[in-house]
Amino acid sequence: MLVLEKNALSEEIEQLVAKYGSDRSALIQILQAIQRKHKFISDFAQQEVARLLSIHPVEVYSVITFYSFLCSEPKGRNIVRLCKTISCDMAGKDAVEAAVKRELGISFGETTKDKRITLEYTNCLGMCDQGPAMLVNERVYTHLDPEKAVNILNEIK
Amino acid sequence: MVKRENTRTPVSQQPHIVDKPADTATIGGTISVEINEKKVTVPLGTTILEACRQNQIHIPTLCHHPDLCIAGVCRICVVDVEGMRTLQTACSFPITSPIKIRTSTPMVRKARRHIIDLLLSEHYGECYSCFRNGNCELQSLAKEYGVDSYTFGHVEKPRYEVDNSSASVIRDMSKCILCKRCVRTCIDLQEVGVLEAINRGHETHIGTFLDKPLADVICINCGQCINRCPTAALRANDPSDEIWAAIDDPQKHVVIQTAPSPRAAIGEEFGVEPGHSFTGELNTALKRIGFDKVFDTNFTADLTIIEEGTELLNRLKKAIVEKDESVKLPQFTSCSPGWVKFIEHFYPEYLDYLSTAKSPQQMFGAITKTFYAKEAGVDPADIVTVALMPCAAKKFECNRPEMNDSGFKDVDYGLTTREMAKMIKEAGIHLPEMPKSNFDDPFGEASGAGLIFGATGGVMEAALRTVYELVTGREVPFKNLVIEPCRGFEGIKQASVKLENCVEEYKFLEGVEVKFAVAHGTANAKKVMEMLRKGELVGYHFVEIMACPGGCLGGGGQPIPTSADIRKKRAEAIYAEEESLPIRKSHENPHVHYIYEKFLTEGPCSKLSHKLLHTHYTKRGKFIS
Ligand code: SF4
Ligand code: SF4
Ligand code: SF4
Ligand code: FES
Repeated sequence: MLVLEKNALSEEIEQLVAKYGSDRSALIQILQAIQRKHKFISDFAQQEVARLLSIHPVEVYSVITFYSFLCSEPKGRNIVRLCKTISCDMAGKDAVEAAVKRELGISFGETTKDKRITLEYTNCLGMCDQGPAMLVNERVYTHLDPEKAVNILNEIK
Repeated sequence: MVKRENTRTPVSQQPHIVDKPADTATIGGTISVEINEKKVTVPLGTTILEACRQNQIHIPTLCHHPDLCIAGVCRICVVDVEGMRTLQTACSFPITSPIKIRTSTPMVRKARRHIIDLLLSEHYGECYSCFRNGNCELQSLAKEYGVDSYTFGHVEKPRYEVDNSSASVIRDMSKCILCKRCVRTCIDLQEVGVLEAINRGHETHIGTFLDKPLADVICINCGQCINRCPTAALRANDPSDEIWAAIDDPQKHVVIQTAPSPRAAIGEEFGVEPGHSFTGELNTALKRIGFDKVFDTNFTADLTIIEEGTELLNRLKKAIVEKDESVKLPQFTSCSPGWVKFIEHFYPEYLDYLSTAKSPQQMFGAITKTFYAKEAGVDPADIVTVALMPCAAKKFECNRPEMNDSGFKDVDYGLTTREMAKMIKEAGIHLPEMPKSNFDDPFGEASGAGLIFGATGGVMEAALRTVYELVTGREVPFKNLVIEPCRGFEGIKQASVKLENCVEEYKFLEGVEVKFAVAHGTANAKKVMEMLRKGELVGYHFVEIMACPGGCLGGGGQPIPTSADIRKKRAEAIYAEEESLPIRKSHENPHVHYIYEKFLTEGPCSKLSHKLLHTHYTKRGKFIS
């Protein structure tokens, strides 16, 4: 990371701390804001957050690894999460899964070469009556079938 | 009201402290509960666990540790509280109403058994080859609850790779039961913050920042986490195989130095109650094992006092007489390698405050491979120096690249009290039965001042005895040389001694009130450093810091378990032995005089002593890259 980038990131985190407070209970809000903007929370960012909240870097890392919507490694620009819970499974998740994999040429847990999409599983999205369900970034898609899922993927930039 | 200083601790990890009434005689101060049909009265806010222990009722625990805050994560301590829907954890249940508790119902026993079975289903148990075999809390619980089959399966292969990157602490997470005692030790007790739970659910493990090897993060090697781990998931880096090989090699001249704290604790490894010293017995055992010479680290502790004391007087002279404003005061002690690494990481800008004197261990190594080698007519290349220490960080210290001032690696191996006990047992020796014998010459005699290095405040007390007498020509004005303000286990101790009627050479110190502070455990060290940063230590002259709670006697290489009570007994053993010694001041040690006459002829803090007995530090910082 360049010094300039580091300074910009530090400044950004300082502003977040000014906004959400420097108590350790502000940690998740700050991490979510960084995640939203950068799509991941770099090790430098983690240590800056730790410094400004007077906690230890490992505590920040611990929280990031606990939540699946926070990550410490860069991923694709878009994250597609397919529900793997039982209702969706029974509603035809397997077919959707196979189609998505074939279309993108990657497995779950992987990112396309052009960094456009990262595929992941998720647990229940609360859409059991409308499965199979899939989350694209922050938007939920329901009643999927292979064709519909592939069309959705193709629309993602 | 108990003030919670560590406000960073998450609420879930904070102790459930119910304000206990100051006066238990008043109505409402105490409460009567029924434990297994027996009526007992306890102060309001006592936990069920405490109430049971006070009444000789045994409750198993795993995540609970007397030095740490309550976690309530293992659930092994469950008991039945009448009227409650589920079983309750005794360790985290404060009694505030007249409840009825039962500690051994079929449901309680079954729940505990299930919890153990579940732990075993994820625990890579291979007790034969495990260093905690016979002293493992999980193993003894399995025995206590009659585990005879693995109800929920068993782990056949290790789930994680062993992290042996660190010179001091080895982590084997396949044996971890996620009690988080190490996490609480490192974050709350030591405030270093290396370990936390990583990931979630089945994938949870204790790890470091970005799951890096321990050697690459800011671990200070104190080993306090080892002492509090109930299983073998954490252990020290054991060099005993290499030491056996050196002993068995006729070409090698194997020399061991023994620090004061192991003697006061090694008996515990042989089933003796804490609080008994085995100095003489240990000497005999070591000679029988095959060490060529057994020396006393207290000799170099005396040397440390002379060097560090002289350095302090030099600093004072520069500051007072030469009005040199660049002189850094107070001077901080440097004999605790955990503390040295702590300040290198967390306060690198204050490294100039640290005394440049090496620790007694390293001084000994440098002297052994130079002066002793010459006197004894042994080629230093053939000398293997072993240091018996209460400490895990000493292993890291002797491997520091700069510690080779003798032209060789000054100290080859740091060995902990636990590892020494294992070697003694391996040699078929039962330590308490050994006849007593003395240390070997030429470093066989040491003063009591060197001995008390083992307890927090000991270095300060030893230094004051010498500095005061050098400056005034009289003994310290304390009865029987016992400097009370240095003793005890208070986190930070502060006091002062006035220098009056000074001898000619030190007239510049006339009337100076020497102010000193003593801290133990790096959480307290941090407080002292913040005081320094805020300018609250202006006017202070000397600060002693030990990385481990209680000082070296509570070191990370000492026998397991540890508690405030055990540490207190070890301190008592050290102080009792000290009072029986003929020489109790470092500067009166005849061997110290001898070495300054024969070898370090230009005196303390001279060129040669700087080469061999002093060192420099590394600005590490805390950024992990
Ligand atoms: S940690 Fe305890 S239970 Fe596990 S293998 Fe070692 S002795 Fe056995
Ligand atoms: S050795 Fe000390 S600093 Fe290192 S992980 Fe253990 S408790 Fe923390
Ligand atoms: S390493 Fe030891 S102390 Fe730490 S959580 Fe695991 S079993 Fe407990
Ligand atoms: S000892 Fe009570 S929950 Fe672990």
